[in-house]
Amino acid sequence: MHNKSVAELSRELESGKISSVELTREFLDRIKAEDKLYNSFITVTEDQALADAKTADEQRAAGKASVWTGVPFAHKDIFCTNGVATTAGSKMLANFVPPYDATVTANFRAAGAVCLGKTNMDEFAMGSSNESSFFGSVTNPWGLSSGDKRVPGGSSGGSAAAIAARLVPAATATDTGGSIRQPAALCGITGLKPTYGRVSRYGMIAFASSLDQGGTMARTAEDNALMLNVMAGFDPKDSTSVDRAVPDYTATLNEPLKGLRVGLPKEYFSDQLSPAMEQQVRNAVKEYEKLGATVKEVSLPHAKLAIAAYYVIAPAEASANLSRFDGVRYGYRCENPQDLNDLYTRTRAEGFGDEVKRRILVGTYALSAGYFDAYYLKAQKVRRLIQQDFINAFKEVDVLMSPVSPSPAFVQGANTNDPVTMYLEDIFTIAVNLAGVPAMSVPAGFVDGLPVGLQIIGNYFEEARLLNAAHQFQQVTDWHQKLPQ
Amino acid sequence: MQWDIVIGLEIHVQLATKTKIFSGSSTAFGAEPNTQASAVDLAMPGTLPVPNEQAFRYAVMFGLAVNAEIGRRSVFDRKNYFYPDLPKGYQTTQLDHPIVGPGYVDIDLADGSTKRVRIHHAHLEEDAGKSLHEDFHGMTGIDLNRAGTPLIEVVTEPDMNSAEEAVAFAKKLHGLVSSLGICDGDMSQGSLRFDVNISLKPKGSNELGTRTETKNLNSFRFMEQAIAHEVERQMDILEDGGRIIQETRLYNGERGESRSMRSKEEANDYRYFPCPDLLPVVIDDDFIEGARKLLPELPDERKARFKEQYGLNDYDARLLSDDARMAAFFEETASHGKDAKLAANWVLGEFSARLNAEDKTVVQAPITGAQLGQLVARIADNTVSSSGAKKVFEALWSGSGDNADAVIEAQGLKQVSDTGALEAMVDEVLAGMPDQVAQYQEEGDPKKQKKMLGGFMGPLMKASKGQGNPKLFNEILVRKLGG
Amino acid sequence: MSISREDIEKVAVLARIRVDEAQISALESDLGNILNLVDELSAADTANIEPLSHPLDAVQRLRTDEVTETNQREAFQAIAPATEDGLYLVPRVIE
Repeated sequence: MHNKSVAELSRELESGKISSVELTREFLDRIKAEDKLYNSFITVTEDQALADAKTADEQRAAGKASVWTGVPFAHKDIFCTNGVATTAGSKMLANFVPPYDATVTANFRAAGAVCLGKTNMDEFAMGSSNESSFFGSVTNPWGLSSGDKRVPGGSSGGSAAAIAARLVPAATATDTGGSIRQPAALCGITGLKPTYGRVSRYGMIAFASSLDQGGTMARTAEDNALMLNVMAGFDPKDSTSVDRAVPDYTATLNEPLKGLRVGLPKEYFSDQLSPAMEQQVRNAVKEYEKLGATVKEVSLPHAKLAIAAYYVIAPAEASANLSRFDGVRYGYRCENPQDLNDLYTRTRAEGFGDEVKRRILVGTYALSAGYFDAYYLKAQKVRRLIQQDFINAFKEVDVLMSPVSPSPAFVQGANTNDPVTMYLEDIFTIAVNLAGVPAMSVPAGFVDGLPVGLQIIGNYFEEARLLNAAHQFQQVTDWHQKLPQ
Repeated sequence: MQWDIVIGLEIHVQLATKTKIFSGSSTAFGAEPNTQASAVDLAMPGTLPVPNEQAFRYAVMFGLAVNAEIGRRSVFDRKNYFYPDLPKGYQTTQLDHPIVGPGYVDIDLADGSTKRVRIHHAHLEEDAGKSLHEDFHGMTGIDLNRAGTPLIEVVTEPDMNSAEEAVAFAKKLHGLVSSLGICDGDMSQGSLRFDVNISLKPKGSNELGTRTETKNLNSFRFMEQAIAHEVERQMDILEDGGRIIQETRLYNGERGESRSMRSKEEANDYRYFPCPDLLPVVIDDDFIEGARKLLPELPDERKARFKEQYGLNDYDARLLSDDARMAAFFEETASHGKDAKLAANWVLGEFSARLNAEDKTVVQAPITGAQLGQLVARIADNTVSSSGAKKVFEALWSGSGDNADAVIEAQGLKQVSDTGALEAMVDEVLAGMPDQVAQYQEEGDPKKQKKMLGGFMGPLMKASKGQGNPKLFNEILVRKLGG
Repeated sequence: MSISREDIEKVAVLARIRVDEAQISALESDLGNILNLVDELSAADTANIEPLSHPLDAVQRLRTDEVTETNQREAFQAIAPATEDGLYLVPRVIE
């Protein structure tokens, strides 16, 4: 059963071939047996999951089931779960049990899905390798045969690795600069970052408010569509949530792609990309041509400035967003604070890891007197130029296609000495967040036995078109079905 | 050397909304600590702000009342600093795009002149919680019930040049926001808090001196004292050839001292930037017109009406119209008191003096406008003399009597107005003062005659045991002596 | 662009994060590298470009002034590091 998709599992449950309790037990057993190797979960909520599964079975028996009733999944440990520890991968919140649900959490609860636990992540979603988690690195299920342990990407590395290892069929994730797409690519699964504002951020622990967006991870595009059906929608508790009708994202999966206009941003096929990676991406684009798409080169002239703008805006917002972690009302507090300043400075020095501290300090610097205009204001102006690039590109094409990451999964520890090298991991994904458009990562081949992702970027609120394009690709390819050995 | 005093004010006005500016928590005063602090107010991880429409409506009403431009597109910014009563580690406020733009307020001064004080802007922001410094084993307790209460911060231009002007402005503003119903006006609970920026410059100079800011004054009296104190402090320094340091100072009203809060200012760099959790607030014509319809009678309008309707002079009309509750008290008094001018005299005289003496606001007064009005009616119809009326007022105020008529009766303060009885007394007194009568009748100057009448009044009041109606005595005297 | 030790110390004070001597040295190089990366911004021509603080050109929705929250002090303070009599406790604040 654990190799089946959410759509398949839902049908199995509906047909009565298996109960949710049995299914949940199977996945819990797999987590118990195998997650020692991957460390993809921070918390496994066995008792609650089995109780929820029992309720789901009763609901189904009573004829009150929806697609998700009784289907197991997991939450990235950044979504607040009432009564279940929510750590954001940080020592700061290692003991934090929120007495409230994120809106996304509540939505899955209402849909009857069974949450198996909380997945590992880079601390406060700051990272591209899952090595900054207080709860230890996550290991990519791919590439283990070489003897090296590789990163799953980040920050949603726990969700991606758990899905790739068949410990869970689907998991929520978040993407601030590539945190869904890059781990999805590195783990050979399918992930979607929706349009900014499409999914509520309420109860999703903030990293950079104007960039953060909750999204989906699963093996198939169809499962991503099923997840988005649950997650998307207006939330009066989030001022940046968009009040706009939510389509049934599964309804258009089978639309033919004939006439789809695909743009290849020339800036994303640059020196940073290895020839082997580029070959895989271009092969995938050829598949689209076979499906009836037309392909042309386009330009995102300011794309090269995206990393620079992002590493001002994201740390600036983070520096304020993370000020609430002060040891006063919840979370970590240092031992025996001598005075107020000691309470603050020691709590924050001890509670945050190095990467989080670096970003807070950079963000504080960028906002401080004398630097605001040169950094923050300038970055926001560049952000508009980057957005304009996308708006212009979408006047010519329906979707953009590109690589997701410059290289496949790297060996753990390879990039930890230099933060900047790590930042360049997101060189093809970051502009999307600055513009706020939706984008997916779809498995598109292998290099040296490691998965390669194809990035498909859409215009605002065109998630359905992306899912359709990804689904059609997955009807003619089987990259997403490959199993790590 | 002669100095010009330059004063600008920043006033924090707590808005009387039911809920907080960014959450649905109640703002009711006096709840148990932290029982009105929701997940949003406590800055729990992942929680987000959603602004309160009523706070914007109130801010727009204020803007309209001070003749200001309304910010059609206002933006919230984060002001970053750490303090235990500030849960998010930043205050959400409006820096560059406030909801209320430039406006003005005209204030009336004691010499009868009017002065225009310009409002630089007013912005919406959230209040902080409270630190309680009672001893919790050497710890401070934090109550976040107040955190997130909506405020407008009103910032004036440095247009005031004396404590009198600053206090007149403060009172006017207090009256304005109370009249609008956007603030409960209760200064003892911090509903209005004043920061005073003060600088001195050589008389006639165009260059502003270095200013200090005295923070968190929550009574007009402290404000007046604090300004006097700070002006004197700066003058001493300048006349000794010293320099004023730009700093924040804290005035202790009980001790009449101020001290620097420089330590708090040190290294402050608030790193303002637009709050990414909130979008620009766009105020359209409909919203503004809706707010305009809610505007009650404003003090300036009320003043004009008092002059017209009650025949009050400019000065009395102003004193009675600035504060909505004082105005309402006066109107209640006047409606029961038959004589509006007399009612005004009593409200501004005896009544206000007692409020001041006991440091009470009009709502805390132990008597109602109706009670005072009844008394005024008895003065107007000559039932009681003005000296008797003071005794009645005392009884009402102290609670030993609850209506004027009962007190007059009980204390035997009723004036004798029986003309026959009074005439008999006049006859008797005049009979005993033949020389004075002759003197009066020989006097050719009516003015001097009028003066001489006083000489008969003493013995008449004595004869009537103080209960004779002086006005009637006067009439009878003039008639009998005049011949 | 490089960042000085003094800048790092100042920023650490603003951010209320204690840093020791050894950390400052590491931060000098790490933050310096990050700022070098970020300095590419200065090359961009942004004349007459409006800053973009939000990806969607949306305006703020306003909430009706109705009490929707109930007292949850017990639940919130159950996860607090130090409370007494319903108050959060911090080391003495000196005004």
